[in-house]
Amino acid sequence: MRHAFSVRIGPVGFRVGSAWPQPIAAMRRLYAGYPPPRDGIADFTVRLEPTRPWRRWLRPSAMVRGDFTLPDAAPLPLAQGLLAAEMGMNLQMALGARRWLLLHASCVERDGRALLMSGHSGAGKSTLSALLGERGWRLLGDEFALLDPASGVIHPFPRPVSLKNEAIAVMAAEVAADRLGPLIPGTPKGDIRHLRPAADALARMDEPATPAMLLFPRFGASADVRPMGAIETFVRLTQASTNYVVLGEAGFAALTGLVRGVPAMAIDYPDTAAAIDLVERLWAETAR
Amino acid sequence: MSPTRLLVAVLADPQAAPALGPGAWQDVLTVARAELLIGSLAHRLHGLALPPAVRAILDDARTSAEHGRVQALWEAEMARRALVTLGVPVVLLKGTAFVAAGLAAGQGRSIGDLDILVPRDALDAVEAALLAAGWEWVKPDPYDHLYYRRWMHELPPLTHPERDRMIDVHHTILPLTARPTPDATALIADSVALENGLRVPSPADMIVHAAAHLFADGDLAGGLRNLWDIDRLVREHAGDAEFPAALAASARRHNLIPHVARALRLSAPIYATPMEGLPIGRARWADRLYARRLLARDGWGRETRPALRLAFYIRSHWIRMPPLLLARHLWTKFRRGQRGTTSSDRAS
Repeated sequence: MRHAFSVRIGPVGFRVGSAWPQPIAAMRRLYAGYPPPRDGIADFTVRLEPTRPWRRWLRPSAMVRGDFTLPDAAPLPLAQGLLAAEMGMNLQMALGARRWLLLHASCVERDGRALLMSGHSGAGKSTLSALLGERGWRLLGDEFALLDPASGVIHPFPRPVSLKNEAIAVMAAEVAADRLGPLIPGTPKGDIRHLRPAADALARMDEPATPAMLLFPRFGASADVRPMGAIETFVRLTQASTNYVVLGEAGFAALTGLVRGVPAMAIDYPDTAAAIDLVERLWAETAR
Repeated sequence: MSPTRLLVAVLADPQAAPALGPGAWQDVLTVARAELLIGSLAHRLHGLALPPAVRAILDDARTSAEHGRVQALWEAEMARRALVTLGVPVVLLKGTAFVAAGLAAGQGRSIGDLDILVPRDALDAVEAALLAAGWEWVKPDPYDHLYYRRWMHELPPLTHPERDRMIDVHHTILPLTARPTPDATALIADSVALENGLRVPSPADMIVHAAAHLFADGDLAGGLRNLWDIDRLVREHAGDAEFPAALAASARRHNLIPHVARALRLSAPIYATPMEGLPIGRARWADRLYARRLLARDGWGRETRPALRLAFYIRSHWIRMPPLLLARHLWTKFRRGQRGTTSSDRAS
């Protein structure tokens, strides 16, 4: 395609092609410091292309296509081209990844041990992991945790964190401005701005971590902790996985191994400061 | 070499693979995914010295294909259990037949729906048994149902909501409106029983059906994969001196001599399929158009040659229906589209 960019995020190489230069230029800035795909060969291809030839110029909007495509996906306006590229990369992972059990979870590491946080969109796991990533933890990823079925470790997948709405100001106060992508207003999920993870998260993207604790955070109520049983945890994680079914027996073994191996808790938090305190306390008390 | 040419060259001769550079690999893998040939490619290249990034991608493809194989066989078993009491022959078709029979054509093959063939006079009983066993109609639209039952070679598609898998129940292998009329009764009579009681078409009929599917029942979308099926099936019987005559007889019986001949003529240059003694007919000028259409994709996985694609799309309707019937069908579809009725174009 006319404009293209390739990048490696942890073990996964991506190639993004675009009919327009703007999304590619935005990606080059956001992904400054990321390596190219291994052996020069990307695992997945994403294409941003006009729905009809004339839509390249006339009310330009980007259709997200690639190796794996959702048939009924709607195009995004070109101004949201960076978001379209990110969605395309997520889609390839969700539909195409087979090497790992994919959990929709954010993940941070300390001392070689990983803390996984899973929850519905808007539960605050992205913000929480981004903040922890600035406070002594290494960010492994804010969107997908890659659980290795053979060894049980989590592979880093340190994509830029997708900050939404209020989280944008929270993180802008925390990090240098050159780590933030452009503000993308008016998306289906409100305002979005991407945050490049800290330098050590990129430098150590080939260093996996052993799971030590699972949290299911929920924003809103007063601070609370509820230990979760293995069955509830297992079922919630099957729902949080995009490829549990297609991995078959390997997926089942990986997930039951994880659930048996680490403590799991549901936590409520009223604000981010309280959440950080809660996470640190639980980590000190319970993490195996 | 163009990306699709490169893919078919590597499929035909895996020894060409280790020499590929990163750009060529990227093209080949992308095109293989788009043409649903990545699993077949992964099987062909297994064990060769390849760049680690390529090996990882192909290992994933093998995992996917193996999962697809197990799922396809399980779906066939579910259909067998639903239909066993009827006592009618149930013939597996296409990908499920290849993996059930353990053929090379099934190695790494992507398998979508379950396709089965049953005798036409058993269709009502089969339909009732499947509905009783939990399958449901995909399209509740009465026009679509009428259309399928009057003109098509299969029941309207059924899906099993718990397993999210579709079944296409055929009573013959081409639409009733298409000009060639295959002999479905002979196809069932000549089919071969598997251990579990399900059946697969005879080796020659498998090739004839694949050729019919490729040239008489669509616009050649996914054609490179269908042609790969034909290459593998032909090679399966390459050493059998009786096979060419059996294939010629089957093509004649099913009224598909030109289709089989063209499939073989295209498979030879694209996949280097051995042709000794096979009924390939005489080369036609249009063969080149078919080849160009089959290979019309770029290294980003995008379809190319829009005019040629459109021509084959129009042809696909033309060959499946007499013009007046086609006009009436398109008019009905158009009117329903105008009224906002949901109705996919799968039947058309």
